[in-house]
Amino acid sequence: MIITRRTFVKAAATSGAALVLPGTAPGAPPAPVMRAVPSSGEMLPAVGLGTWITFNVGDDPVLRDECAEVMAAFFAAGGRMIDSSPMYGSSQPVIGYGLEKLGRPEALFSAEKVWTSSAADGPAQIEQSRRLWGVPRFDLVQVHNLVAWETHLETLFAKKADGRIRYVGITTSEGRRHDLFEQIMRAHPLDFVQLTYNIVDREAEERLLPLAAERGMAVIVNRPFRQGALTRQLEGETLPDWAAEIGAGTWAQFILKFILSHPSVTVAIPATTRVEHVRENVLAATGPLPDAAMRDQMAAYVRNL
Amino acid sequence: MSEWWTYRLEDFLLFSPRVYWRMFELANAAFWPLHLLTLAAGLAIVLLVLRRPPRHGLWIALLLAALFAFVGWSFLSSRYAVINWAIAYVAPAFGLQALLLAFGGAARGGLAFERRDIAARLGLLIMAAGLVVYPLLPPLFRRPWTSAEVFGIAPDPTAITTLGVLLAANGGPVPLLFAIPLLWLLLSGLTLHAMGDPQAWPPLLAAGTTVAALALRRIAR
Repeated sequence: MIITRRTFVKAAATSGAALVLPGTAPGAPPAPVMRAVPSSGEMLPAVGLGTWITFNVGDDPVLRDECAEVMAAFFAAGGRMIDSSPMYGSSQPVIGYGLEKLGRPEALFSAEKVWTSSAADGPAQIEQSRRLWGVPRFDLVQVHNLVAWETHLETLFAKKADGRIRYVGITTSEGRRHDLFEQIMRAHPLDFVQLTYNIVDREAEERLLPLAAERGMAVIVNRPFRQGALTRQLEGETLPDWAAEIGAGTWAQFILKFILSHPSVTVAIPATTRVEHVRENVLAATGPLPDAAMRDQMAAYVRNL
Repeated sequence: MSEWWTYRLEDFLLFSPRVYWRMFELANAAFWPLHLLTLAAGLAIVLLVLRRPPRHGLWIALLLAALFAFVGWSFLSSRYAVINWAIAYVAPAFGLQALLLAFGGAARGGLAFERRDIAARLGLLIMAAGLVVYPLLPPLFRRPWTSAEVFGIAPDPTAITTLGVLLAANGGPVPLLFAIPLLWLLLSGLTLHAMGDPQAWPPLLAAGTTVAALALRRIAR
């Protein structure tokens, strides 16, 4: 699907993920763009925090403290959603350490995953994850990469009905299994879907992003920078002058603004180990976002580099 | 795993190079000065191989068995498995190697060190690489000395030195003892390669040289 200005405005108006630019108090850091979760209307800042690789620091006390500092900067900048998985090594206990150190910030929106091929082990794994985070319940639990998805979804919908989690979702990454992903989106009342989408990986625009808008599902975007490879690749290139029109001062902001300007996208979850990057990422969700014409211009510019 | 052909080596990497090398720094800080003892054990193994006093095969096997068990527990299970869940399934292989070495060394007609062919000489070179060269690598790869990998503390030099010893050995159980160190070095080399780390080549080179030495020996028969 090619996004024209008309479809862009229409999708933004009908997806339930409409853009809200909150007012900012004088002197305060600019507040990030808020997006609505279509199934509940709950508002979330459009930039979250991924933990793949970056938070897997084991028992290293120095690196654990660095992760806690990243989390502190993230919450201070107005961020809420932190996303992890049992697959991410020690990321879960490191998040738990950071949350404990920060006094368990109320702003936290906890997004976890269930990742086990044994359907029977799903509930125990979710409980183990909850203990590692040290939270009373998860806001969102997603079936990681569709592993044993049928039974895990049954478990998750039952937990949602009992109030033990608030939202249910599924995930994929790097364009894998989009056909099955689409089937599940059509057949189940999911609150969230998580997929890979960025200025060069745009396959999701064809079916999944429009379907999410149609079905009223929030979209979490993973690997916005292709695990850092995209920003490293663009490092030596000059940012176009017109990037200033949308307030993009760095390539990371340029890419994030492209992602967030898709009307179906709810939250992008870049991962980082650096405080200045987390601030820069959240800042990308402030100020103007590109319209459909500028999105085309941005994609063409990167393609031609 | 579905659509397995779409996965790259990097997709299995769960941690950053910084975290990986910090793991060695923390292990070294925790165990210092045990390094002196493990290096002394390595030197003793080389002397036992060269001088062949009575029951040398048993002593060599027991020393290597103890070090494999220690590295499997102290490094793989206690540290590496924390950042790489797959290592929890690999660490028991180091325990198995310890058992194989201990039983192989204690068995009648166990390990002997009578070989003096080209493969055995290459084995001595590989032993020297594991014991002496490996701890000296950090500055070559622009890492701090504190991240040095030392025989008996870190898995790669332990596996490399063991392969060198095995190339110089003969006896019934010897062929069985190559598999685990070789597979470990392959895994370690591929992990470092996925990290984009130039230090991927030493473990792969050691494994490749061992296989080449074994092939040479077979051809020479």
